[in-house]
Parts: sequence; structure tokens; C-alpha cells
Amino acid sequence: MGRNAAAVLASIVGLVMVLTAFARPLEFLGTAVVDWFNVLAAIAFVLGGANLLKMNLLKISARDAGWGYSAVTVSVFLITIGVGLLKVGAHPDPLHPDVALSGDKEAVGGAFWWLYEYAMSPITSTLFALLAFYVASAAFRAFRAKNTAAILLLGTAFVVLLGRVYVGVLLTSWIPADNAWVSWLRLENLSGIIMGVFNNAGTRAMMIGIAIGIAATSLKILVGLDRSYLGSSD
Amino acid sequence: MSQLNAPLHDPAVERRANRMMVVILAIACGLLALRALIGSSIGSGADAVTEHGFGMVYVQESPKGFVSEVAKDRAADGTEVEVRTWKPAAPGQTPEISWTEWNEVTAGEWAAAQRARADAPASAPLVTVSWPRTAGVWFAALMTLAVLSFLWRDNPVYKLAESVVVGVSAGYWMIVATWDTLVPKLAGALVPAWTKAHLMPSLESAGVDWWGLVPLGLGMLLLCRLSARVSWLGIFPLAFVVGTFAGLRFVQNIESDLLAQVATMFEPLVVVKHQALAGADAAATPPIDWAGSIGASLSAVLILVGVLSVLAYFFFSLEHTGAVGGAARVGIWYLMITFGASFGFTVMGRIALLAARLEFLFDDWLWLIDPSGKH
Amino acid sequence: MSDRPNESFLARLDRIDRRWIFLMMAIAVAGPIIWVGVTGRTFPETATPAVQGAFDAIERLPEGSKVLISFDFDPASAGELQPMATGFIHHCQLRKHRIYAMTLWAPGSPLIGATLADVIGSDPSYRYGENFVDLGYQAGNEGVMKQVGVDFPKAFPNDSKGTPLARIPMMQGITRLSDFDILISVSAGYPGGKEWVQYGVSPTLTQGHRLPFVAGSTGVQTPQMIPYYPVQMSGILGAIKGAAEYESLVNAKATAPGETVPAKYQEAQRRMAPQLFGHSLMVGLILVGNVIFFAGRRKGAAE
Repeated sequence: MGRNAAAVLASIVGLVMVLTAFARPLEFLGTAVVDWFNVLAAIAFVLGGANLLKMNLLKISARDAGWGYSAVTVSVFLITIGVGLLKVGAHPDPLHPDVALSGDKEAVGGAFWWLYEYAMSPITSTLFALLAFYVASAAFRAFRAKNTAAILLLGTAFVVLLGRVYVGVLLTSWIPADNAWVSWLRLENLSGIIMGVFNNAGTRAMMIGIAIGIAATSLKILVGLDRSYLGSSD
Repeated sequence: MSQLNAPLHDPAVERRANRMMVVILAIACGLLALRALIGSSIGSGADAVTEHGFGMVYVQESPKGFVSEVAKDRAADGTEVEVRTWKPAAPGQTPEISWTEWNEVTAGEWAAAQRARADAPASAPLVTVSWPRTAGVWFAALMTLAVLSFLWRDNPVYKLAESVVVGVSAGYWMIVATWDTLVPKLAGALVPAWTKAHLMPSLESAGVDWWGLVPLGLGMLLLCRLSARVSWLGIFPLAFVVGTFAGLRFVQNIESDLLAQVATMFEPLVVVKHQALAGADAAATPPIDWAGSIGASLSAVLILVGVLSVLAYFFFSLEHTGAVGGAARVGIWYLMITFGASFGFTVMGRIALLAARLEFLFDDWLWLIDPSGKH
Repeated sequence: MSDRPNESFLARLDRIDRRWIFLMMAIAVAGPIIWVGVTGRTFPETATPAVQGAFDAIERLPEGSKVLISFDFDPASAGELQPMATGFIHHCQLRKHRIYAMTLWAPGSPLIGATLADVIGSDPSYRYGENFVDLGYQAGNEGVMKQVGVDFPKAFPNDSKGTPLARIPMMQGITRLSDFDILISVSAGYPGGKEWVQYGVSPTLTQGHRLPFVAGSTGVQTPQMIPYYPVQMSGILGAIKGAAEYESLVNAKATAPGETVPAKYQEAQRRMAPQLFGHSLMVGLILVGNVIFFAGRRKGAAE
């Protein structure tokens, strides 16, 4: 019963979204649904935070392996929530200095800003930067010109890697740039041709395929044929 | 370092790796001490001083004071109300509310301010080291190194950094969603007077918007997922989100990625380009640019062939033999070139991110370089 | 040192510990950073058509045009994307366009304030609320995109400071996305440039009044965006190279020959030196890896 009602709800709001794309007078309906959707998305962040807290507290109370790290996560999470909600160190809005919480939560110098600037930013960006090392190691170990397909992949990577930096310009600078019959052979131009022609064609075909796939799966949800997102009925 | 190929669970290797880590840490500490000993020259001319510290942030005080005025105004229902407005206190005026803001300045400005304060202590604004921000730079640098230490091997310092970022990120997203979306759109709709009085004094509201109960109700049901007993109630907000998303994506994917992309395939395959003429010749019919025309035509043909052959490869309803098999093979070649290009661009992106992190260490922390003149 | 003394050089190279490769990468990137930091030298850049297209799309708009720029990235991708965001704001400032900044990524919110303060903070001709506004973040991803296409004030009821849009002079007349003269997305992934094309630009295309769109995107995302150029997208800055090309175009417009370009407008150009050595190292590693592979295969066949 509950699953049927939920599937009907999904169909109704989905069809409203489809209808409003074609009937402008009904735009207000779509706007209302999307507005609720956006608020719900914000509540999902609260759910995410609460879930993180729950999982880590369970780990701490069970003294599971690595519970000390969970304690760090929970402490930092609670500190962030505390200073963020109370806007610690952020001054009120100059137009309303009598309302303590009227200021910018991310004001430079505030505690919330400090956590963003000096904890979240450096760690997340370094985590992303780590991949530069691993991609180098993987290229050394795994990039082998074993067959035609691998040669094409490798050759393209070479041209793009060299053509996008100044070394590519230097390597093929002997090819006259003003002669259109041969200038395309310069690495920087070859890189452009790969992106504009071959990559363009490959990505476009994937895009068309994916669009058809998404349209089909969306349609199944809209007509209630696909209910897998609701989980099993057990 | 060939010993490092040995399994890490070998106690001898473990001990050796730990000893190596200690040596690296000792060398790093020695280098930091050396860096402090050498110091940096900051400021210019007569203001120049040698500073042995590094990774420091300087700030200048900026006092703020406000006074209020009460004026009579008419409310929406016509009744007379008193409205209190605030404005910055004039020089000499005693502020009712005041605080001090600290704005970041360069090390050069700090050096100049030190000299100015020595000459005329009363008039010059206070410029000083910001210890919270300096500690922040050091913390950021140490966390950067902690994450990079994973390259050596997994270790507690890396795990600590990971735990910190998980906690901060989850808290950050939650707080931003609360202040930027939930407060104006939910609290502002359902309890506008209270929201205006305590959270958003600039809020403009025509009264309670009861439609706000819909997302609130769905949100409460979503939070039910935290409890095993009532988690099934969470399927309703989930269905709402999935349904809305399906409706949105159904239309937009067809419009933008199917129809618009297919439409680009109906462009001429034979392209004729003309040479650009300048000056007095500009009015004449320009001659054909043969190289440009052949290049553009070839590109158009190669794109069409590429799209069709990759689609043939994706089309599994027909066996990939004969002409279809040939087309599919060409499709694979196109895909390989596409993946090669993606690989090249991914490498480019990752190196840029690494460069940014190393720049932070060399510039903001160690003061080895100073491209933007901060210190 | 080796526990297999009779092993050939190539075989030993094949078993090299990956930490040596990490070290090589660190040196290849760190060395040029120090070199550029000390000498201040950068490489010359020539704009590719897609970058020129992005530049021209902003350049050809009349003075005072309404530019909506979405900062859809976080600090993790700022190494690639911050120079693009700075470049776009700098270009809009030079053209005296009105700048409306927003983000669909919560951690992108402080980046808006920092970029605006960095580029136009000291310009007296740019007044908050009249020439530029920071609309901050709204949750909802594509939901927000769809909503700004239909009812902008509903999606963003206030700016990042909590001021209602009705009290912001430059928001007068803005009811939906098509009221802007151009849309710029600087994006690191989802939601970002691709979704803006799908939910923001494409509906205006079928309505017969295409909203000009320009993207700045990470290296990972750029190849996926290329098919949208030039019909659904006027131009794109792809990865740090695209940012460097765009910087050089904007700097050429902003500064007279011989005049010093402020360092904050050369961030991407500075980063092209570590790119050069990093890319060269990658090519070298792949070559050496293949030499080892083919040598091993030949040896195996001979045995």
C-alpha cells in the first residue's frame, strides 16, 4: 500500500514537471514542486550530517577498530555545527547590528570561515592532488601499446599531453604556421583537431546514447514500471 | 629503495620504514629551523626588516561603531509603528554597539605600520600578527603534508586528516544548507516574524505561507530514515525526489543531449571557405581557401562517421559482424581516441591541483616564493 | 642493494618502487614553481578557437550587460578553476558589465566573496547591489537551475547577506534566466556546465532566443563538454591551459604593452611551467614503460 502510494506520488510530481515544460500557464505548478524539491535537498544535508553522527557514535560506543578517528570526526563535526549555527566570530549585519545572528556566517575571521579556509580547503584539495602521483605511477605500469586500440589511446594521450603545453609548440615549431596545408601537423593544432573532431564525435555518440537511456529509465519511473528506488517490499 | 618492494607486513620492513619516516621528519624539522634562521626581508627601503618567522598573517584593526535612530512609519495595515534604523557612528559620537574587524594586510604593510607607530603611536592604526590566522596557515600546511604522507604509506597522521575533513565537510554542508535555504525558504515561510526578529532582519514577508508545510512534512519523513522502526516512511520523500528528478531529466535530456546533438549532424559535409581579403580588395570576391575548405569538410565527414560508428558499436541488437562489425570496430577506435584525450586532460587537471597545493606550501607557509607580493 | 643481482637494468626498472615515481612527479612540479616564483617568467599563450569564442562572447556584449556567473566548484578544484573565475570577473569589470554571482556548490560560496573582493574590491566604480551582487548558494542542483529559468526571485529570495532581491537595485527586471545577457559557469563537475546547458540554455534554444553560454571547466569535464560547442555553448576554457589562454587575452586588453600585469591575473600562466614538466614526465614514463614491456616480450619470445 505504502509503496503504491509512493509510486503514485513519484508519477504525479514527475508528470507535473513534464507538463510544465510544454504548458507555460502551468509553470506555477512546476515552480512549486521544484521549490519543495530544493528545500528537501537542503534537509537531505541535515539527514546526511545526522547519519554521519549516528554511525560514528555507534562505532565509538562499540569501541570498533579506529574508533578514535570516529571520535575526531564527531568532535570536528559538532564544533563545525556549533560555530556555524551560532556564527561564532562573525559580526552582525551593519544594517542590523542589534541582531546577533544577522551577519555573514562565512565572514572572514570567523570560526566557521577558519574551519573552511584552514581545514576543509587544504585537505580536500590535497586529496584531489594526490591523484597526480597515482596517475603517473599507473601510466608507467599499465599504459602498454599492446594492440591498435591501445596504440590509438596512447598516441592521443601523447599528442594531447604535449600539445597543451609549450613543449609541444617547441617540438613542432619547424612546421610553418602560416601554411594551412601543413600547419595542422603542429602538435598544438593536432591536439585541437583531436578534441574538435575525434573526441567530439565519440563524446557526442555517448551523449546521444546516454540521453536515450535516461529518457527510457525516466519514463519507466513516470509510468510506475520502475519502483526499484523504493527498495524491496519485504 | 628496492627493499621497499618487500611486503609491508614484514616486521623488519616495517621497522625500516618507520626509521626512514623518523629520518625524513628529522630532516624536515632541520630544514624548517634553517628556514627560520635565514629569515626573510620584508618591507622596502627604510621600513625593511628581517623576519625569522614564516607562514604568518598580518591584520589591521578596523573599529566599527553604530548608533540608532527611531522614526515613525506606517505598517501595511495603516497603523503607526516605530522603526529603529542603524547607521555608522560619526567621529566623536559614542556608539551604542561597537566591535573591531581585522582586515588582512601584507607583510610589507605591517613593516611600514610598525615604523609609523614608532614615529606617531597615537594616530597610526594597529597592525599586528593574527595568531589565529597564522595558526591556520600552519595547520593547513601540516594537514597538507599529512595527506601527502599517504604517498609513503597509509599512516595515522593521514587518517587523522581524513577524519577531520569528513567532520568539517559534513558540518559545513549542513550549516550552509540551513542558513542559505532552510532559514529563508522554510523558517521564513512558516515563522516569518520570529525569523525576521532573530535570524534575518531584512526578510520581507507577506505573512505565513502554509505551503511551507509540504516540504517540512516531507523533510520530517526523510529524517525518519534515521530510525529503523519508522524508516519506511522515508519512501515518500524519496519518491517525491525521484519523481521530480525523472520528470526534469526526461524532458531536458531529450531536448539538450538527444535532439540538439542530432540536429548538429545535419550540417553540410562539403564546406567552402574563402580567403579573407583586406584593404582595397575587400569588396572583391575572395578566392577559395582550398586548404581550409578541405580541412573543414574532412572534419565534418569524420565527425559524422565517428558518431555513426560509435552508435553502431553501442547498438547491441545487431550482431557485430560484416558491415556493422566494421563500423563497430571504427567506433572502438574513435572511443579509444576519446578516452586518450580524456586521459590527457585528466592528467592536466591533476597536475594543476598539485601545483596549487605546492604553491601554497612554498608561498603562504614557507615564504620561499612571493608571486603576489604578500610577504 | 638489489636482492636479485643478475637482474637486467630494465627488469629492475620495471620493479621500481612507485615512490620513486611519486618523487619524480613532486620534483617535476615543485622545481618549476620555484623557478617561476623567483624569475616571474611565464610562457606565451595563443588562444584556441573555443577560448577565443568565450572571450568574444563577453567582449561583444554592450557595456553594462547583465552577466550571471555560477561558481560551481569547491576549493578542491580551485587550483584549476580559480584563475578562470578571476579571469571572467576581471573581464566583466573591464567591460563594465553587471555581475550576478551565484553557486550551486555550498563550498563555492566563500569563493564568490573572495574573488569579488580580490578583483573588484578596490574599484570605486563598482558598487555592491548596483554593479555586482553575491547571491550565494541555494540547495537543489538542477532544481535551482530549472527554477531560475522560470522564476529567479523564487530560487534566490535574497542575496548572500540576507538582503531581499527587491531591495537590490540591479535585480530590478530580473524575473527569469533569459533576462540575463549571458550565463557563465565555472564548474568542477555535477552540477555544473553540463547541467546548465541541459536545464538553463537548451530551453532558451527551443524558445528561439538562445542565452549565450560560456563554460570554464576542469580537465576531467572538458572533453564531455566539447559537443556543446559552438551551438549550445559559445566557448569553453578547458583546464588550466584554457585558463592561461583566457588570462593572456584579458591581460592584453587590460594592460598597455610594457605595463606590469598584476600577479593575481597570471595565476594560470604561472602554472603552465609545472604543467610542462609534469606532462613531459608523464610522456617519459609511458615511453619507458613501453620500452620495458617490449624488451620483456622480445626476451620472452627468444627464450
